[in-house]
Amino acid sequence: MEEQLKIDFEKNLKNFSYSDQEKKFKEINFKEFLKQGFPNRKLENWKFSDLSQIIKSNIGELSFYNNYSKENQIEKIELINELEHNKLIIVDGKIVKIDFKFEDKDKIEVLVDQSEKTIRKNINSLINLNNAFSNKFCKIIIKKNYSLKKPLVIYHSTNKNTHFSNTNSRIDFKLEENTCLRVIDIFKDNSEKNFINIYYNFELDKSSILKNYKIDKTINNNVKYSYNNVNQEADSISETFILSSGSKFFKNEINCDLQGQHSSAFVNGIFDLDEENHHEIKSNINHLVENTKSYQLVKSVLEKKSKAVYQGKIFVSSEAQKTDGYQLSNAILLSENSEFNAKPELEIYADDVKCSHGSSSGSLDENSIFYLMSRGLNYKEAKKLLINGFLLDVIEKITDGEIKNLIKDLMGVKE
Amino acid sequence: MRDKQIEDLKDYKYGFSTDIESIKAPKGLNEDVIKFISNIKKEPKWLLDWRLKAFERLKVLKEPDWQKPKYPKIDYQDLYYYSAPKSFNDKPKSLDELDPKLLETYKKLGIPLQEQKRLNGIAVDAVFDSVSVATTFKETLTKQGIIFCSISEAVQEHPELVKKYLGTVIPLTDHFFATLNSAVFTDGSFVYIPPGVRCPMELSTYFRINASDTGQFERTLIIADKGSYVSYLEGCTAPMRDENQLHAANVELIALEDAEIKYSTVQNWYPGDKDGKGGIYNFVTKRGLCKGNNSKISWTQVETGSAITWKYPSCILKGDNSIGEFYSIAITNNHQKADTGTKMIHLGKNTKSKIISKGISAGYSDMTYRGLVDISPNATNSNNFTQCDSLLMGNKCGAHTVPYIKNKNSDSNIAHEATTSKISEEQLHYCQQRGLNAEEAVGLIVNGFCKEVLQQLPMEFAVEAQKLVGISLEGSVG
Repeated sequence: MEEQLKIDFEKNLKNFSYSDQEKKFKEINFKEFLKQGFPNRKLENWKFSDLSQIIKSNIGELSFYNNYSKENQIEKIELINELEHNKLIIVDGKIVKIDFKFEDKDKIEVLVDQSEKTIRKNINSLINLNNAFSNKFCKIIIKKNYSLKKPLVIYHSTNKNTHFSNTNSRIDFKLEENTCLRVIDIFKDNSEKNFINIYYNFELDKSSILKNYKIDKTINNNVKYSYNNVNQEADSISETFILSSGSKFFKNEINCDLQGQHSSAFVNGIFDLDEENHHEIKSNINHLVENTKSYQLVKSVLEKKSKAVYQGKIFVSSEAQKTDGYQLSNAILLSENSEFNAKPELEIYADDVKCSHGSSSGSLDENSIFYLMSRGLNYKEAKKLLINGFLLDVIEKITDGEIKNLIKDLMGVKE
Repeated sequence: MRDKQIEDLKDYKYGFSTDIESIKAPKGLNEDVIKFISNIKKEPKWLLDWRLKAFERLKVLKEPDWQKPKYPKIDYQDLYYYSAPKSFNDKPKSLDELDPKLLETYKKLGIPLQEQKRLNGIAVDAVFDSVSVATTFKETLTKQGIIFCSISEAVQEHPELVKKYLGTVIPLTDHFFATLNSAVFTDGSFVYIPPGVRCPMELSTYFRINASDTGQFERTLIIADKGSYVSYLEGCTAPMRDENQLHAANVELIALEDAEIKYSTVQNWYPGDKDGKGGIYNFVTKRGLCKGNNSKISWTQVETGSAITWKYPSCILKGDNSIGEFYSIAITNNHQKADTGTKMIHLGKNTKSKIISKGISAGYSDMTYRGLVDISPNATNSNNFTQCDSLLMGNKCGAHTVPYIKNKNSDSNIAHEATTSKISEEQLHYCQQRGLNAEEAVGLIVNGFCKEVLQQLPMEFAVEAQKLVGISLEGSVG
């Protein structure tokens, strides 16, 4: 694989115009990735899912070079009709369309062809890989005091000829003071056996609100990794919702730095897994100053040979007094071959805090099924009703009414 | 009255060292030292081979480094692996022949070795540096067929039992410190409870490190045969020294069908001084195997001492319907560090486990609960309940919770909950209003916080532990 990597990297450098500085940046990242390789079980963060193994068994040999120039046309992508929205379409890691047609033009600035010069902090080898191979990234700035009228939907798609490839994409967002942005990530895969690597950076200024909904519902054979880095200033709010369901493997990592007082972070997730799917959510909520708040809720329903992993961490620094941190995960195992692993972690250095976590896993309550069946439902209906009720808890946490309904429709959950 | 008591206890009262001539193996870790230990203990060949096999394995193993408390590198070649009081060259036959200095030491420690204290009704095996020095109540126990002696003695007198069970729970190929212990273990206790016998008294071991530059590597093996019951206590102290001393013990418990083992520890090794200088590194491997159906193993620990505590008393629930329990209080103050918890590995059907962990950190200390609950695909209808609560005093200390939860069986349930908080102002205010001073109030509240665990300890120990809890936190409020 190393050979292939080197060839592809050289090709990448040659075929796209990078400045010397950019080249240097990419080379540093590339070397770092070569050194570490794909994450494996030796890393604490990948204890339950060995990515190098997963890639080996599901994809085999990967190629890292994507020739964007020749296929610029957009594959037919099924867009969401239920909801008026702004569009951003990514095909094979490259942004092919940005359309903010519902918004005031002077309130949104879109900077394409951005590049970074130095590694701000070394996060993990997959971010290095992303830095080394992703094309120039895009930065979206929301100007002061502006709330977007319609949500932004980011479609992640692959070309139907793309197989056994690694695609990398990166978008930075800056929310200036007192702004509001809703982002929906939707995955529409047209091809199989790819490794898709997504990296988002969010900067939240004072009193800004970010809502990010990730919807992975289409059944596909791709391996995906997504990393959200969120920096929050005073009074800002971030809300992340993850519906993890369709892909073969999907790991969502969320890192939230609560740097301003009274900022808060919410992470909610649903694992609705079938077949041999293996999904994971890893959250890192860092309470760095006083009076910050975080809330996490993750529920899983696991069928057949599926496996879900939830690793949630709450970190409280010694300055962060009066922190309120909460974390809960529940799982229902429906098949004897399914598996749920959790690692709810607390790392606390301040004393005046209220932090707690809970985790439970088990089977459906037979008594409840019996009760429903005695009311005339058959076994299947009773089971479905109970599961819907179980998952509805998380969906109800979505603060945006429109999107809540969209997700309910997608999941076939009715009240 | 209480003030005076506190004044007495404020400093580590077990910090004295006894001036006893001792025999030591040459410094360093190599085959010759292992042969020396084996030779001086007149061990059979199979045990020496076993030790050497462990040593071979040790050469390729690396020290684990995933733990939270980091420590400076230990120079394993700069330690004495064997140290024994000189008068022990010919082992005394009765307590009367013991070196009076030794007896005095144990008297200072409050260990009921001597006749008059036999009324206490606890059988004691005392381990001084590397060797077991005295075992009490032997006759009473022998009548019931119970074997309670030092492991060196057991190797001589009951080799078949030792050979059968030694290393079955903690194999030679385990992690670094366990393997180190297998190679150089010097002494420890051996307990065998025959089928159907309920051990009439608490069995107890008292460990003490005396000599400097020594590591203590004791090995405890407890076997509860079918339908038997035993409750075992362990206590430990060490003199105050500036350097760090290593204590890497292995404890193996085996419960056969319908048997029950209750293992309680009150660990009070020297924690180092107020600036974190000196103290014991307590890197212990404790593991219990519920081998037979309906067996039960219960660990209770009160961890107040040691510069670094790093241990996870675990249960392997192999037999159907077996039960594993873990109750823990860990208190860290000043610069102490602890990384402790448990592993519950469910293999058999209908197995149950319960974990109650209470962590209290004060001063500049760091406390981590790390635990694993693993329900394997075959462990149908198993249950686990985990609760770990942490209490923080001051913003210089840390409390961390790192549970690993693995459920691979759909008919099994796991519930885990954890909280971290501080003592509420209201509670403190209420207590102070009733006439307690701040420290007494904290002591009272902390004891309430720990009550669930303290209840699990045998009477005599519970009182001692309760006092210890209060003392460990002296000076952490106000």
